[in-house]
Amino acid sequence: MPKHLISSADLDRGEVEAILETASSMHDVQRREVKKLPTLRGRTIINFFFEDSTRTRSSFEIAGKWMSADTINLSAKGSSTSKGESLRDSVQTINAMAVDALIIRHNQSGACHQVAGWVDASVINAGDGTHEHPTQALLDAYTLRSRIGDLDGKHVVIVGDLTHSRVFRSNVITLKTLGARVTVVAPPTLMPAGIGSWSAADGFATSWDLDEVLEGDDVPDAVMMLRVQRERMSGGFFPTPREYTVGYGLTRPRLNALLARNPRALVMHPGPMNRGLEISADAAESDASIVLDQVSSGLAVRMAVLYHLLAGEEVAS
Amino acid sequence: MTRPDSSGPPAGSPVDPHGRTVLSSNEIARGLRRIAHEILEHNKGAADLVLLGIPSRGVELAERLALILAEVEGCDPLPVGSLDITMHRDDLRHQPTRSPMRTVIPDCGVDDKIVVLVDDVLYSGRTIRAALDALADLGRPRAVRLAVLVDRGHRELPIRADHVGKNLPTSHSEKVQVRLRGHDGVEDVVRISGGN
Repeated sequence: MPKHLISSADLDRGEVEAILETASSMHDVQRREVKKLPTLRGRTIINFFFEDSTRTRSSFEIAGKWMSADTINLSAKGSSTSKGESLRDSVQTINAMAVDALIIRHNQSGACHQVAGWVDASVINAGDGTHEHPTQALLDAYTLRSRIGDLDGKHVVIVGDLTHSRVFRSNVITLKTLGARVTVVAPPTLMPAGIGSWSAADGFATSWDLDEVLEGDDVPDAVMMLRVQRERMSGGFFPTPREYTVGYGLTRPRLNALLARNPRALVMHPGPMNRGLEISADAAESDASIVLDQVSSGLAVRMAVLYHLLAGEEVAS
Repeated sequence: MTRPDSSGPPAGSPVDPHGRTVLSSNEIARGLRRIAHEILEHNKGAADLVLLGIPSRGVELAERLALILAEVEGCDPLPVGSLDITMHRDDLRHQPTRSPMRTVIPDCGVDDKIVVLVDDVLYSGRTIRAALDALADLGRPRAVRLAVLVDRGHRELPIRADHVGKNLPTSHSEKVQVRLRGHDGVEDVVRISGGN
């Protein structure tokens, strides 16, 4: 296992599979009365969140606590960052307290990569700007696998605000590591520049037309709707929310069309959802939706990541 | 640090051809049958017994013991489970992480039961210490007993087995290899190899 988890590309197939396997044991622990394991006793984990988060931060914190590590949460507000301390000074201050892992969320892409060069602790990327969110991709893969088995050859469609989505970048890497085929769909304005250079040869395709993909020959096994990230948008990426929904929202008629072709198709969303924008409330609550499974998988997968990165023998970085 | 006595090599690993056989398939079968009788004698029947194997080979041994116990006692199949101890090991920092195996607790649970832990080889005793910790997180058995196929000595903790298939004096440098039909796909055998 690598020392840091910055990008989904840090993990090869064997490592991803080891994490997902461990996560399924951790899922059993979650159902027990006593949820604590002694595995990371005496280890200190800092959650340093420079950006808001509900599920990622709480699940990393609970995961750490269930593994008996001491977990401490810091956020930009309320830390010396608000007094103007630089990222480097902040993380080096924390590093000087001999912590074992830094879990970082930051609004700048590449922040975690930089931090990894400044500290001795393991650095885990909990989302950096529009770059990557590797544990989200792992938990999505875990959730999918628990429903449809091995992902080899499966077809996953990712729809929405690709330009601003770290979830999509990590997911494409992890899904491809596990042998799945990925089609990404977005309006031209939200399709990242340079996506054409992503190799099309090994099961990666792009499209501007959601209906065409849902009704195409390659029937999707799962559709992942991404959140429209208004907080990262400056300027008009689409004329009106209504127009976005008409073109790219997962509405009931679209879901019905998909289920008519594949009754076992699954609907995913990394949350938080903009109901009525990228996904209708109806689709989010349907039997095909595994949105809440994704949240509960998050805990198990993050326990597994902490275990594999922190419990074993020290690796030189 | 002594290599702990659990898990052992993965299924299907070849045995050292230079080793010598210390327990044949028949002897293993007889050993298990004797252990089953001992458990019943000690427990005065099969009431409240729950067998928990320690992965990986302990689980197969526990399953076999459960069958023999049910046959001897003429009762319903006894509850069998598996108890993974990976997360409770005391030597995690000394080796690369490995994925934990499944912990499966029978529906009856372990509270107020007589739990018999089953493992293939008892060595340092550290695995059993970890298993006792893992078990405490799952409930409160009335009693916990330990059955092992082979006791090779060299304990590092005050732990002893209640039921032993065979006591096998060994040196630290020797390797005890257990192979089981279901787990390894070869005929049951216990071999010793290495040593000076």
